[in-house]
Amino acid sequence: MAKHKTPMLDKLESGPWPSFVSDIKQEAAARAKNEKGIDYQIPADCPDDLLGVLELSYEEGETHWKHGGIVGVFGYGGGVIGRYCDQPEKFPGVAHFHTMRINQPSGKYYTTKYLRELCAIWELRGSGLTNMHGSTGDIVFLGTTTPQLEEVFYELTHNLNTDLGGSGSNLRTPACCLGQSRCEFACYDTQTACTTLTKDYQDELHRPAFPYKFKFKFDGCPNGCVASIARSDFSVIGTWRDKIRIDHKAVAAYVGGELAPNAGAYAGRDWGKFDIQKEVVDRCPSDCMSWDGKKLTINDKECVRCMHCLNVMPRALRIGNDRGASILCGAKAPILDGAQMASLLIPFIKVQEPFDELKELIEGIWDWWMEEGKNRERLGELMKRQGFQRLLEATGVKADARMVSEPRTNPYIFWKAEDVPGGWERDINEFRKRHLR
Amino acid sequence: MALPSDAKKQIIEFCESKAKSKSKFYFNDFTKIFPDAKAREVKKVLTELVNEEIMIFWSSGSTTMYGLKGAGKQTAAEHEA
Repeated sequence: MAKHKTPMLDKLESGPWPSFVSDIKQEAAARAKNEKGIDYQIPADCPDDLLGVLELSYEEGETHWKHGGIVGVFGYGGGVIGRYCDQPEKFPGVAHFHTMRINQPSGKYYTTKYLRELCAIWELRGSGLTNMHGSTGDIVFLGTTTPQLEEVFYELTHNLNTDLGGSGSNLRTPACCLGQSRCEFACYDTQTACTTLTKDYQDELHRPAFPYKFKFKFDGCPNGCVASIARSDFSVIGTWRDKIRIDHKAVAAYVGGELAPNAGAYAGRDWGKFDIQKEVVDRCPSDCMSWDGKKLTINDKECVRCMHCLNVMPRALRIGNDRGASILCGAKAPILDGAQMASLLIPFIKVQEPFDELKELIEGIWDWWMEEGKNRERLGELMKRQGFQRLLEATGVKADARMVSEPRTNPYIFWKAEDVPGGWERDINEFRKRHLR
Repeated sequence: MALPSDAKKQIIEFCESKAKSKSKFYFNDFTKIFPDAKAREVKKVLTELVNEEIMIFWSSGSTTMYGLKGAGKQTAAEHEA
């Protein structure tokens, strides 16, 4: 029997998709039964009260959460987000309902044993409710009381070999795609890059000293499975600088229908015979491909790495052999100034251990942003406010036409005196010898 | 340039001098006290103050601020010990 009546929430369960309301109800019922005899360290009925306070918020159209606070684990300035209910007498189970962010394994690989251990900690010391995973990528533990924070932290660090993630004005938990562990498109080892930088920048992850949040994300190829280009301040996207490798026999096999396009995806419907001209060549955004009925040709110089042809014919077209990454800066999801995509800073860089070149770039960017960034200003906003050229100066990178989104229509560059031979000064007498008044 | 030897004292005095109007401060409020020092040096001193339990972190989830332990309304309002 539910503790609170929740007619509005119940309606949410009637839609076609799995409902978080059903999940919370399931946890509430399991905690009420307590078949495993768990000695719950926070109120066992907190999922019931969570439903109750949410129903009340829906009725009244306003929140009953107070957000933020001083809670955390000793010495850490991130990883815990304080949350309190402003109706603690009605809903005592969620009077304190803090969130903990936990660093996820790179590429999000788990054993079922590890998942069970994570759940066991949270069942005992928290609400039992998790969010796998939050937008940044962390394991999110939803709802516990202040005394349990240190206990959970101890168990995670001593028994599960992980740590809290980032929150607040910290480096946020770095995230990567699964990279070379499973994907043939991966142009560098995203997992090693992500893990190395997570370990090397522990101080930045746990002790806040930035104007606002800062996110790294590592995509192994331009398919961008962690969407680093759209939601990270420092986006590393795998690419190659030689040619797409073409296996002409496999191209013929796709055309002849022996190989399924898109590796068999979308095969639930009859799309008719595979048409390489229509489905691959004509869809190239830079028109760099041609098909003469027998042979596929690619003008690699014009390729913009949209990945469409490789995705459609993965056995015929493969990434080049000279691999590395492009680095883009300044993306963010909207809070202050609207969504913004990243801008290209480094067209190509080899991404190899010990990642010193990456770190040099990152630290140059941090020094500039920590010096010049306003409070709650993301890197992308600083880049807009002071100009891309200031980012180039901070990182010691030379300007390049590839950094301009449409260099053929807008080649405008702000030159500085030191960039131009002779600077702005000129000898007017010398000039007049050549140019009469 | 390195931080002065009494950097901790200066930080505490700065927080106390603003106590009437503010109890939480952004990180860059502290770097302004030491304009010639590197931000990382200032961060080290603030971390020490947190470890000595003189200062605390306050986080909204998206932004983090620093304050003197016990200052402001937050402690009582949150029913914290």
